[in-house]
Amino acid sequence: MSGSLAERSEPDPRTASGPLLDVSGIKLSFGGIKALDDVSFTVDSGQIVGLIGPNGAGKTTMFNCLSRVYVPNEGQIRFKGQPILKEPTHRIADIGIGRTFQNLALFKTMTVLQNVMVGGHCTTASGFIGNALRLPSVRREEDELVGRAWSLISYLGLESVAHARVSDLPFGTQKRVEIGRALASKPTLLLMDEPAGGLNHEEIGGLGDLIRQIRDERDITVLIVEHHMSLVMAISDKVVALDFGRKLAEGTPAEVQKDPEVIRAYLGTND
Amino acid sequence: MPTRNPADMLQIAGIEMVSWRRIWLVAGLVIAIALPFLFEGFTVFQLTRALIYAIAILGLNLLTGFNGQFSLGHSAFFAIGAYTTAIMMDRWEVAYYWTILPAAAVCFVAGFLFGLPALRLEGLYLALATFALATATPQILKYEPVAKFTGGVQGLDVFPDDSPVSFLSNDQWWYYFTLVVALIAFLVAWNLVRGRTGRAMIAIRDNPIASKTMGINTALYKSLTFGVSAAFTGVAGALEAIVIQFVAPDSFTFLLAVSFLVGLVVGGIGSIPGAIFGGLFILLIPNWADQISQGLSWAIYGLFLIGAVYVMPAGAAGLVRLVTMRLAKKPSG
Repeated sequence: MSGSLAERSEPDPRTASGPLLDVSGIKLSFGGIKALDDVSFTVDSGQIVGLIGPNGAGKTTMFNCLSRVYVPNEGQIRFKGQPILKEPTHRIADIGIGRTFQNLALFKTMTVLQNVMVGGHCTTASGFIGNALRLPSVRREEDELVGRAWSLISYLGLESVAHARVSDLPFGTQKRVEIGRALASKPTLLLMDEPAGGLNHEEIGGLGDLIRQIRDERDITVLIVEHHMSLVMAISDKVVALDFGRKLAEGTPAEVQKDPEVIRAYLGTND
Repeated sequence: MPTRNPADMLQIAGIEMVSWRRIWLVAGLVIAIALPFLFEGFTVFQLTRALIYAIAILGLNLLTGFNGQFSLGHSAFFAIGAYTTAIMMDRWEVAYYWTILPAAAVCFVAGFLFGLPALRLEGLYLALATFALATATPQILKYEPVAKFTGGVQGLDVFPDDSPVSFLSNDQWWYYFTLVVALIAFLVAWNLVRGRTGRAMIAIRDNPIASKTMGINTALYKSLTFGVSAAFTGVAGALEAIVIQFVAPDSFTFLLAVSFLVGLVVGGIGSIPGAIFGGLFILLIPNWADQISQGLSWAIYGLFLIGAVYVMPAGAAGLVRLVTMRLAKKPSG
C-alpha cells in the first residue's frame, strides 16, 4: 500500500486542459448553521479524489450540491467547463454525473436487474406512447438496455442475485447494486458516498480494487467520500479535507496526512 | 447475456411457471368468451359492469399502486369519461364506439392538469385534494351554466345502436364490446408497466430523490401518470354510460371513488390482473350483501371486506402469488 502511495503522489499524465469538476466558493446554510463555508476544489479528469472529514464536516452536503439535490446559497460548480447549478436535478445524470448514496437509496421493491436498468434511464428515450404500444424501437432499446445492465451485473459479480428483490439482499451486496445502477448511466464522473460503510475488511479490499478498475477500465473519474482512511489514502490521487464546512487541506494523500490542521481536526486538541 | 429468472423456471406438476402463466391466460380468455352463453341476461350485464370497474381500478392502480400517488377522486374522471360519451352521443349523435378515445383524451388532459398542482402534495394531503375533487364533481355537473350540456339533475339518456350481430343479444354484445376494450386497456397497462415508463413510475414510488438523481424527470412522470390513470378510468366511465344508457350526477359520488380504492386493495396493489378481481368484488359483494339483508347490507359488505383483507392481506393477486410459491418446486434433475 505504501508503494502505491508514492506512485499516486505524482501528477497524473491524463490531466489535460482544465479540471473536469471545478467547485468554487460554495456556501450553504441551514437555518443559522453553515454547512458549507466557501469550499473550493477541483477534480481533474481521470483522477480518484477523496473527500474526507469528521462527521458533520459537510461531505454529503457537498455531494448533494454536486447532484443538485441541494442548491448552494453562493458559489459556482462547473462540470466540463459548464455551470451546472441552473440545471434541473434530473438533468445531472444526463450531463455525466452519477452517484451512490451513503444510506442506500435503492428502489427496494425492484430486482437488481431492474434497479440497474433504472440507472440507464437517462441513456434511453422511449416515452409513454411508445411503451404503451411496445413499438419495435422500444423493444430494441429495451433489449439493448437489458444487455448493458447484464454486463454491469456480471462485472460486479451479481449474476446469482440478478432477479432477487434488492431489499432481500445483504447490505454489502446492495452497495454493489448501487454502484451498478450509477454506472448504468454511463457517467464521466462518479460520486461515491461512503462506499466502504458497513463493509467488512475483506470487502473493503475488493472495493479499493473495484474503484481503481472503474477508473482505469471505464475511464470514469471518481470523487469519493469515505471515513475509511487507509482506503482513501491508498486509492486517491488527491484528497480534500473538510471540517465544519470549511476546506482544511487539498493535496496528495501524503501531504494531507501531514497537514497539521487535518491532524488537529481528527485527533482533537486540548488547547 | 441475461440468464432466465429462476422464479420462472420453478415448476408445478412438472410444468414451468412461464407455461402456467400462458395456460392461465388462455384459460381466462376462453372463460371470458364463454361466460355470456353460460349465464342469463342480467348476470351478463353485471359481468359487463364488473369489467368496466376493473378498467377503472386498473387506472387507479397505475397511479396509486405503481406510482404511489393517492387518489380519492377517481369518481370524477369516471364521470368526465361518462359525460364526454353521453354529450357526444346526445348533442352530436356520434356513434358510441367513436366516443371511447375522445373520452380517454379528455380525461387525460383533466388528469394531467390536476396532476400538476398535485405535485406539491404527498400522501394524505393529496388524498384530501382528490377527495375535494370527488365531492365537487356531482355539484358541478348540476350547476346551472353547465346543465345545458349535462342535463343537470335529470342527467342524459343515451341511445346506442342495438347489437349488430344477429345471434347476440344486446347484453351479450355490450359484454363483448367491453371485453375487447378491457383487453386493450390491460395490454396497454401491462406494456407501460413492464418497460421504461413503468420502471420510472415504480422508482418514483420507491425513492423519489434517487429517481431524480437517476435522471428521471419526476414532476413530468407524476403528472403524465396522473393523466394516463385518469384516461383509463375515463374509458371505464364512457363504457358505463353506453352500457347503462344513462348518466346522472349522483351516480358519481365520493362513494364510487372509495369503491375503486376498495377494489384496488382487495384485488392487489401494484398488480395488473388483480384489477379484475377488484372489479368483481366491488360489483358483486354489495349485491350479495343486499340479497342477504337489505336493512343491514352495508354491515354485511363491511364483514366481507374485513374478511377479504384478513384472508388476503396482499389482495387476491398476493394470495395467488403465495399459493403458487407454496406449490412451486425447483425442476428436478
